[in-house]
Amino acid sequence: MSQLEKALRAGQFAVTAEVAPPKGADLAPALETARALRGKVHGLNVTDMQSACLKASSLGLCVALKQAGLEPILQMTGRDRNRMALAADLLTAASFGIDTVLALTGDHPAVGDCRDAKPVYDLDSVGILELLTELQAGRDCGGNPLTGVAPQYFGGASATPVYDPLPLQIAKVKRKVDAGARFIQTQAVFTAESLLPFLEGLDRAGINIPVLAGIIPLKSAGMAKFMNDHVPGIAVPQEQIDALAAEKSAGGSPAQLGIRMAAELAARLRAEKLCAGIHIMAIGGEKYIPGLLEQAGIDMQE
Amino acid sequence: MIITRKKEREALLAMLRGVRRAALVGCASCAAACQTGGEKELEETKAFLEDHGIQVLAAVLPEECCHKMLVKRDLKALRGLELDAVVCLACGDGVQTVADNVALPVYPANDTLFLGQVERVGIFHEYCRMCGDCVLGATGGICPVTRCAKGLVNGPCGGQKDGKCEVNPENDCAWILIYRRLERLGKLDSLLIPAGQRHEHAHPAHLNLREGAK
Repeated sequence: MSQLEKALRAGQFAVTAEVAPPKGADLAPALETARALRGKVHGLNVTDMQSACLKASSLGLCVALKQAGLEPILQMTGRDRNRMALAADLLTAASFGIDTVLALTGDHPAVGDCRDAKPVYDLDSVGILELLTELQAGRDCGGNPLTGVAPQYFGGASATPVYDPLPLQIAKVKRKVDAGARFIQTQAVFTAESLLPFLEGLDRAGINIPVLAGIIPLKSAGMAKFMNDHVPGIAVPQEQIDALAAEKSAGGSPAQLGIRMAAELAARLRAEKLCAGIHIMAIGGEKYIPGLLEQAGIDMQE
Repeated sequence: MIITRKKEREALLAMLRGVRRAALVGCASCAAACQTGGEKELEETKAFLEDHGIQVLAAVLPEECCHKMLVKRDLKALRGLELDAVVCLACGDGVQTVADNVALPVYPANDTLFLGQVERVGIFHEYCRMCGDCVLGATGGICPVTRCAKGLVNGPCGGQKDGKCEVNPENDCAWILIYRRLERLGKLDSLLIPAGQRHEHAHPAHLNLREGAK
């Protein structure tokens, strides 16, 4: 059982972060990034060609992390593999003791860096969760029996809290939970207030699932504006953009301010018990995560 | 309707290298509506080919170029002509139906794009992928398999921005359209009824409605 599953079962405030495989054949830098987070987070999501940009495989880096004694969370998208290839990778993951999986539909190749790639989408996020359930029952994607002990997984899904129409997003989360999702990691939120309508929507729909709120430490006003304009489901409030710009004008460090903002949000989410944990997407700034957690007063050893 | 688009004229000429005498076969149905294979396009293509040294000895316009019996009947007009090739101004189905009925090379003048709606003359939108497992009853008559870029049957991905698709911001997110339509119809209870992700991959497909057929 992964540390993430244990933490969520124990009702501990869970912390996950993210690491991307390289665009190349050397896993060492990603491993080093991951090692620096040992003991600081309950799990590390390994992205599956995020933004549809070609990288080494998520499964490969997950195996390397696992062998280094770390806690990988396998991200699996339906973009590049049909159900047979997904099932094969999931069985392989389980054989290495990797059981925690985030099921995603995946960004379309048209928005990535290999635009002629054929999109697969044989299964979407819901289909991958259903596949996990099938494998756990000892059956493959064709209903054929698996040999040996059936693998056990801890499957999760993503959600976009800032979404219009919100009831459609809630309905999608319900589909994912019905398909077997046992935790949710959300798209980044920047205020507790922007998360609340989503959480209330889940409550009203009777959906009871641990939610890890996505947190992106902002590095600059420019980054925040860019994300607002281009990244779906992202809404950085104007006050935060202004504060980052002012910090820069005053000769300070907007990146440090961004970390303080993220830490304040994390601390508030925990103090007010708004959600089960946080998922930090540092986008290259992973080395700042321990400091962020310290500022937020979050220690997973507690 | 099957939506077709004329091939680049250079590409057509490149295919016809060495051809001196040809016949043209159009289609009075879809290709005519797509302005790729009706009366007018047959005339235009004849003039174009003759400008490039290819003699056009006949032009035939079957009612439906995908209909084997009709095509067989209309192609009788080519009998006795000294032809090097036939140029077909229909969809891919029409081209093959013609090729099944003549002992000559048949070249496509069009590219076949999709099964679409005619919004008005000359404006077409892809509406059906012919997936063989229709979900329209639960989706307010809007097809997610076709009109979602990822063909998602279990609800939207996280990629929409202001209701527009991540793949092409000119397209509306099909699932938001579905949600709004069901809301308007008072049918939100049918939103996201679990749908299988079944795929009919065994091509070519056949259908036989004759008595006694399996």
